Amino acid sequence: MTPQPKIIIRKLNFYYQKKLVIRELNLEILSNEILAVFGPANSGTTTLLRTMNRLCDLIPGAHLEGEILLDGKNIYAPDISVTELRRRVGMVFDVPTPLPMSIFENVAYGPRLSSMKTKAAVVEVVERALRMAVLWDEVKDRLNTPALRLSGGQQQRLCIARVLALEPEVILLDRPCSGLDPVSTVKIEESLQQLKEHFTIVIAPHNVQQAGRVADQVAFMLMGSLIEHGITAEVFENPTDKRTGDYITGRFG
Amino acid sequence: MRVSARISQRIAKIVIWSTAFFVIVLLLAIIIYILLKGVSALNWQFLSEIPRDMGRSGGILSTVVGTLLVTAVAIVVATPLGVGTAFYLTEYTREGRVTRIIRFSAESLAGIPSIVYGLFGFIFFVIYLKLGWSVLSGGLTLAVMILPTIIRTSEEAILTVPSLYREVSFSLGGTKWQTITKAVIPSALPGIAIGIILGIGRCVAETAAVILTAGSALRMPISLFSPTRTMAVHFYILAREGISMERAYGTAALLIILILLINVVANILVNRFVARGR
Amino acid sequence: MKSFKEKISERVFLLIALSALSALALITVFIFIKGLPIIAKVGVFNFVFGMKWAPSQGDYGIFPMIIGSVSVTLGAAILGIPVALCCSIFLAEFAPTKLSALVRPAIQLLSGIPSVVYGFWGLIFIVPAIRNYLGGPGLSILAGSIILAIMILPTVVSISEVSLLAVPRLYKEGAFALGATHWQTIRSVLMPAAKSGIVAAIILGIGRAIGETMAVIMVLGNAVAIPQSILDPARTLTTNIGIEMGYASGEHQEALFATGIVLLIIIMILNAVAQYTTRRR
Repeated sequence: MTPQPKIIIRKLNFYYQKKLVIRELNLEILSNEILAVFGPANSGTTTLLRTMNRLCDLIPGAHLEGEILLDGKNIYAPDISVTELRRRVGMVFDVPTPLPMSIFENVAYGPRLSSMKTKAAVVEVVERALRMAVLWDEVKDRLNTPALRLSGGQQQRLCIARVLALEPEVILLDRPCSGLDPVSTVKIEESLQQLKEHFTIVIAPHNVQQAGRVADQVAFMLMGSLIEHGITAEVFENPTDKRTGDYITGRFG
Repeated sequence: MRVSARISQRIAKIVIWSTAFFVIVLLLAIIIYILLKGVSALNWQFLSEIPRDMGRSGGILSTVVGTLLVTAVAIVVATPLGVGTAFYLTEYTREGRVTRIIRFSAESLAGIPSIVYGLFGFIFFVIYLKLGWSVLSGGLTLAVMILPTIIRTSEEAILTVPSLYREVSFSLGGTKWQTITKAVIPSALPGIAIGIILGIGRCVAETAAVILTAGSALRMPISLFSPTRTMAVHFYILAREGISMERAYGTAALLIILILLINVVANILVNRFVARGR
Repeated sequence: MKSFKEKISERVFLLIALSALSALALITVFIFIKGLPIIAKVGVFNFVFGMKWAPSQGDYGIFPMIIGSVSVTLGAAILGIPVALCCSIFLAEFAPTKLSALVRPAIQLLSGIPSVVYGFWGLIFIVPAIRNYLGGPGLSILAGSIILAIMILPTVVSISEVSLLAVPRLYKEGAFALGATHWQTIRSVLMPAAKSGIVAAIILGIGRAIGETMAVIMVLGNAVAIPQSILDPARTLTTNIGIEMGYASGEHQEALFATGIVLLIIIMILNAVAQYTTRRR
């Protein structure tokens, strides 16, 4: 019996003002898997991620048609609490953005917003999140120092920990390793493999190779349309659409 | 290089350096002169006694208290209004007709002469609202006067907070209110504080608006409705009527020292603000 | 779907933000209400261009004060603006970093000094100097201009300096690469490029000069007659209000409010000019 997909996107059309940015997109994302959504610049990969946690609501003039179902329920239904949604579907941005606070306070930010009051509970959640993000050992002795003093790779893992502290179900990563050195990139990619046991992960990689390294399934987007979707090995070796193959092999970029 | 260009360069350099030097010396001279003449009058007795005999003898305690009270009222009223306005302009709206009108109002307020504020304060607070010459009338008038400054500096401070901070807060499930209070305000706080401190400085230095609204009573103010005389007003009256030069210098010296302190604090904050977040 | 608390906080912020607008509206309304009747009674032309100000006889002509304001401000501009521009050029282009880091906060401090202190200093030094070396009572338009020039220095200097520093480095480097001297670069490239900021600074300085009251009261002599030379005492629109408000009542008081109306209009016009010139760039 095939399990119910975690996220189902049906007939998604997304507009910035009058401009159509995502066309007629249909996609199913399975639980506990890593899906990489890739494509050339301006294909709509970032926008797609932002529709999944409704961060696109912040942009004036943005509206969409279609449905996005999380566990069978449309996240754009009027009775959905957006803040609740964003705790279930967390996001890591392309620029590591620690807030100007200590490491501890950064990770505790999310849980505190949802009024987790007891100090002990917060401390426990922070430690668990930092362990899952493979950052605990490096920072456990300096949790109260400013987060801005961490290196780029550490800051990005901090951002991942920040999301994990909310105990989400889905984690969205928008080019998480762009600008990071290879060592940090490897650490993050390895942590993703461990994280997928507990979470559903959607990543927009900054290059095709990362998709190949990291993802179980891939989806190729071009100019707002979903061109191809399937198991990584199959799509990379035997793409059904010529454009997919051309992009992967670098014939256009 | 043509000869005339070289000569004009040299002349320009001499003129500019000497002008700047002249200005710096002049401005220092003003401050140092007052301080030298006035510091000798600043003893504990001067500060702790109230003026007697229309200011011919005694100290300046009631004026110090009056200044503090009036400034406090002004800050307490203007800060929430000013910071709140700044937040509304930056966080809740896009550039549009409403924001343009509000910003135009704030900028117009900034250019109004202080004596006109005095007229307004007199006719509105003292007469119309029947508050009389009082700490309250003076403080509220000053509040309106420093409102544009606080709006402007707060807005600048809020705009320097990276928009990414807001996105991060939203993506972690924060509401707009939570994002403002937990992610934006802490970052913008030093910049906002600078505006408030500069506002304090303006209140302490102001004379024209205060003399028409808080009055010039020398008694110690005992409530918000008491009339009072601020230090700047006291200095003006002492100096112009020639009542007591010694005490005039003393008052002026104290004023200058206060303003010096205020500016030093503001500058420290500026350096921290600039060095940290960028 | 916004929660109740969110909706409330947005409404509250809107109300707060309207405070600036309501303050401006209140000021305009009240000053106009109090001042218009006397203008209507005397007639706009007679009020603005009337040569005689004698409240006890029912004469309310403010032209002497207008002349006073204009001459004092003009004098302050002529004396102060070139000096201020030199200083801003100094800070932006010539001063070594350590020196400008000292000078800049010092100039900022000076803008915080109470105007009465400047006036007093002028009374002690400038007025006797004029009286001894140039004649006249010393309390004069010249004294007022000098003091005002000093007082508007910080404003004009800091804004002009910011404008000069904001000119892209490329402009400067381009001029140097063509063999220009430092001064030629400043004169022909930097200052024109910073023009809108410098103009804004000047207009702001002029606005401050027109609006200044206390310092001018102390050195201007406050004679109601029309001044014949810069060594004569005079009154400005602002000092007129400042001096007489303490004891004016009835029609006299209304006339002072009417003077306030004139001041407001002048400032509004200045603001509009400033907006226009800075927007054109």
